[in-house]
Amino acid sequence: MSNATFGTANEDNAHLSKADSKTVRRRSLALLARLIRPVRLRFWLTIATVVLSQAARVAGPALIAFGIDHALPALQAGDNLPLVLTGVAYLLAAVATAGLTSLYVTSTARLSQAMLLDLRVRVFRHTQRLSLEFHEKYTSGRIIARQTSDLEALRELLDSGVSSLASGLLFMVFTAITLFALDWRSGLIVLAAGVPMFFLARWYQKHSQIAFRESRVVSARLIVHFVETMTGIRAVKAFRKEQENAEQYSRLSEDYRRVTVRSINLNGIFQPGLVLIGNVCVAVVLLFGGFRVLGGDLAVGVLLALILSTKRFFQPVDQMAMFYNSFQSAQAALEKVSGLLEEIPTVRPPKNAVELRDARGTVDFKGVEFRYGDGPVVIPTMDLHIPAGQTVALVGQTGAGKSTLAKLIARFYDVSSGSVTLDAVDLRSLSTTDLRRNIVMVTQEAFLFSGSVAENIALGRPEASREEIEDAARAVGAHEFITQLPEGYDTDVNKRGGRVSSGQRQLISFARAFLARPAVLILDEATSSLDIPSERLVQHGLARLLRGTSDAGTPAGAPGTGRTALIIAHRLSTVETADRVLVVHDGRIVEDGTPADLIGGGGRFADLHGAWKDSLV
Amino acid sequence: MAKQTSFFRSISRLYPHVRPILLRLVLGLLSALLASLVALTIPQVLRVLINESLQPGGAHDAVWTAAVVILLLGVAEAVLVALRRQFVINPATTVETRMRVSLYGHLQDLTVSFHDRWGSGQLLSRAMTDLNFLRRWMAFGAIMLVVTTLTVVIGIVVMFSMSWQLALIFMAAAVPIMAYSFRFRTRFSKVARRSQDQAGDLATTVEESVHGIRVLKAFGRSREALENFNEQAEELRQTEIAKAKHQATFTLVVTLLPELALGAGLVVGVMLCASGQLSIGALVAFFATAAVVATPVEFSGMLLAMALTAKAALDRHFEVMDSVNTITSPPAPRKPAELKGTLSFNNATFAFEDAPDKPILSDINLAVRPGETMALVGITGSGKSALIQLVPRLYDVTAGSITIDGVDVREFDVGELRRVVAVAFEDTTLFSSSVRDNVLLGATDRSEEALDEALDVAQAHFAYSLPAGVDTLIGEEGLSLSGGQRQRIALARAIAARPRVLVLDDPLSALDVHTEELVENRLRAVLKDTTTLIVAHRPSTVALADRVALLEGGRIAAVGTHTDLLAHNPHYRYVIASLDQEPRDLDSELSELEEAADAEEITR
Repeated sequence: MSNATFGTANEDNAHLSKADSKTVRRRSLALLARLIRPVRLRFWLTIATVVLSQAARVAGPALIAFGIDHALPALQAGDNLPLVLTGVAYLLAAVATAGLTSLYVTSTARLSQAMLLDLRVRVFRHTQRLSLEFHEKYTSGRIIARQTSDLEALRELLDSGVSSLASGLLFMVFTAITLFALDWRSGLIVLAAGVPMFFLARWYQKHSQIAFRESRVVSARLIVHFVETMTGIRAVKAFRKEQENAEQYSRLSEDYRRVTVRSINLNGIFQPGLVLIGNVCVAVVLLFGGFRVLGGDLAVGVLLALILSTKRFFQPVDQMAMFYNSFQSAQAALEKVSGLLEEIPTVRPPKNAVELRDARGTVDFKGVEFRYGDGPVVIPTMDLHIPAGQTVALVGQTGAGKSTLAKLIARFYDVSSGSVTLDAVDLRSLSTTDLRRNIVMVTQEAFLFSGSVAENIALGRPEASREEIEDAARAVGAHEFITQLPEGYDTDVNKRGGRVSSGQRQLISFARAFLARPAVLILDEATSSLDIPSERLVQHGLARLLRGTSDAGTPAGAPGTGRTALIIAHRLSTVETADRVLVVHDGRIVEDGTPADLIGGGGRFADLHGAWKDSLV
Repeated sequence: MAKQTSFFRSISRLYPHVRPILLRLVLGLLSALLASLVALTIPQVLRVLINESLQPGGAHDAVWTAAVVILLLGVAEAVLVALRRQFVINPATTVETRMRVSLYGHLQDLTVSFHDRWGSGQLLSRAMTDLNFLRRWMAFGAIMLVVTTLTVVIGIVVMFSMSWQLALIFMAAAVPIMAYSFRFRTRFSKVARRSQDQAGDLATTVEESVHGIRVLKAFGRSREALENFNEQAEELRQTEIAKAKHQATFTLVVTLLPELALGAGLVVGVMLCASGQLSIGALVAFFATAAVVATPVEFSGMLLAMALTAKAALDRHFEVMDSVNTITSPPAPRKPAELKGTLSFNNATFAFEDAPDKPILSDINLAVRPGETMALVGITGSGKSALIQLVPRLYDVTAGSITIDGVDVREFDVGELRRVVAVAFEDTTLFSSSVRDNVLLGATDRSEEALDEALDVAQAHFAYSLPAGVDTLIGEEGLSLSGGQRQRIALARAIAARPRVLVLDDPLSALDVHTEELVENRLRAVLKDTTTLIVAHRPSTVALADRVALLEGGRIAAVGTHTDLLAHNPHYRYVIASLDQEPRDLDSELSELEEAADAEEITR
């Protein structure tokens, strides 16, 4: 397999080399096959309905012919039975046609919706699995594009294509058989028309493939830009970026339009081209047949039947062209989606997980080295032992590597070598459930999901009761402002917490962490937007949580004895409450001790401490 | 649920967009009509040609003529099919693009409070899926609807001319179909609308799950997120199936009733023939025509569904386009004679639209002198951020006013106002472009010096050591920066705009102490001539300010210097005084603070 097109690499390139193009096409088809597999029974049933409804449809004209040819003379002869039979049979055929047709409309929808749901969930689950490293590169807009406009392309194929393809093909096969039965020479002429059709289809495939790929790329770009504008609308307005944005968006829209027109125009050559080939073929059959009629080799009636059959043979070609068109489009879309699904999460759950229900909270770094991808080493060899229940403050300048250390403990990233363990179990051997139950990280950006405040807090522990949620909010001092919201805990936080200030958002996200009650709590600048009284409250609550006291809400059997905490903060107040301070510099721990020791020691921490004291005035 | 408007009223709103391309649409329609006419003609011509001119021993010329005629007709059909697309595609995509761009433009104009209410997934589904569908409907669905209707009408007229008795039987089927189609219309419209709305909500969920991925991962809640998504997607699936069921029932009705009528027609026709009231030829011709008419009638279910979906898409489009932008420039914008930067709040009151009885800010009176730096202090939720957003009119006051140099901010041209006022928010939004473009976003002076200066003040020197220096792509599509780095870029952006009035929302919260101090030292010089309103949570930030305004419960509780307030205002002390883990030495700590403050005052 070529590396150049693996996963989402090279996603924006529409002009792939022959080998690469083949690889992504195969990948895309494989995905389609995987999607069909679970619903293959329904798939065949749908096709059967289509075929049967077509058959029922044919019965109508046959019955009319029968009526005129046989029932009429019979009636004139005084026998009305054939007429009654014909009438009844016609009604039955009508009911069957209508019933089957409506059945296949619902059946097609069921089929296509089942496949879409499957794919949606697959993509969602996979994007959730992918590590942060991936998300930091790939944009949210692209994932949304994959989930919306790419899936839309597949939907079009499923809704329109499959049934028309099946009925069309069947129709052509039957007509071809009649043709050969009537006159094999004319049958050969019709078959010969397949040659130019094949080349036309090849030409179309080659060009439309590129056009549809481009269309996927451009539409993703359009979506990325759109999402970025809408999520950053305040900054857009404040800095009058509207004009510039509008220009960029209309440029992108125009690109999208052009690429859409190109793909439609290709189809606009392909489809009439097929019609033309069909019509030329009719003329050729007429020409050859005509001479044979003149020569007396062929009856006029047979010629008429031949030509009408030839004409009918090419009728479904229209639909087939439409199917091929949506197939190409869907395939290009699935190329992108399958690429995303192919991405391998760098942080993977273990195959055979070691169970660790209630960790005590001992964290160890053993010969840990870390780098982002193939980048430079961020953390050179580090050994560190954090006993259970200890509160550790990480200090150091911006970019010293504090957040990286925190992310390693939270297993947002995996170490490049060495290991990080919790209660002597390598983090990489813990199941995701155990890992996240025991280690929780609260970051500076406190993201709120749409839904109520209570639901947002409950994210920490979904099974928590309302009472527990309110207790958690009380513990961090968020209860008061929440009750003052229009609908209290049931207030919708709207889009990205439009209604609550960022300080309040941080309080809510703290309450989440409280509710989660992990063995190890990591706070990465989690109090930066809080005012001093709120911070005081949070610290009070934090102290209680960490010491495991006043845990009225803890279910019996849960460990009540202290939690391990790792706190990254710029604020002295937070650091001073720690049992231990680690000063990080260039990815190394340069000082390690109690706050008091370090202040007395006259090192970096003492300097920082002095600066802090000054800043408090 | 949005209220239902009538189909034609909704569709007619498309008219202004369609008017410029109407001619080409009509040409496309004609091509389509001609194409189906030619397609219908070919078999008839064949019949005539073969029956009339082809006899054994006949002239070769006749064969050639027949073949050429058929070939020409065939070519004509293909050309007409191609022409239909040619006429329609370009204009239809142009309308689509125009509508998309104007939707985007309107969304950018709409107020922040509008965006607070609407998820970006909902908006996105309008901009992409809905408009794509609308284009397809214009280029195909609408035209086919007309062609089909015409075919049916002509076919029925022909049928009447053949046998009025049989045609009446056929028409009898049309009555219940008409009646049913009304019911179908209302029901299907509702479901179509619901499915589009659900698709939009689903897109919003996807968007949130990606933007909030860190939180989901940190709490290991991916499974819950997946369940929630699955539930929503399942709802959408159910709606789509409900939609299909409606369509299936309609298809059933439009297939069954005409067929039943034909079945009855067959029996009656044969009887009429038997009694000599109808010729066999007429009977055959009648059924041949009926067969031609029946197909488009069946097709009408799909076309009607398409039209109704297009209608729902249009309704959704105009729902956004009809939202009125309440924050606009006045017809005759004013500007202060001389822009000095006096910022005053006069009884300014603010409440969110949906909670008018719970004002966030009430009766704010505050005057900031030109060049003065005023700190805003208050506990979380006291209204600081809201107050700051009123200045560049991200929200409008609900009562009272805000003036700059005596001119109400609502009398300024909005663009001009935002040139005068620059903001740095606490949650920093960086755009996907270079550091340079991000910093110089609002700047008039786009020189290298201006960039260096702004980066220097904000202590964002790290920008030079990024892979491509200040031309490194940052933001979502680029390099991800740490919180402190982002904040400094955002601060540099506000500074580079060189505004008369600078509004900063806790701009130093993510910086470490050293950097904070460096930034403050530089910032002080910059702020000397700029009227500044700065939200502060820390004494260190307050130190930048000349005066402090204390907000309490949405009102200004006190205004004064830091020292003053510290000495005389207990709430201020509560809000800003440094915290110590234990209250034991709070008093001694406070007096120490005051002493220190006094000492500093003296050294100045």
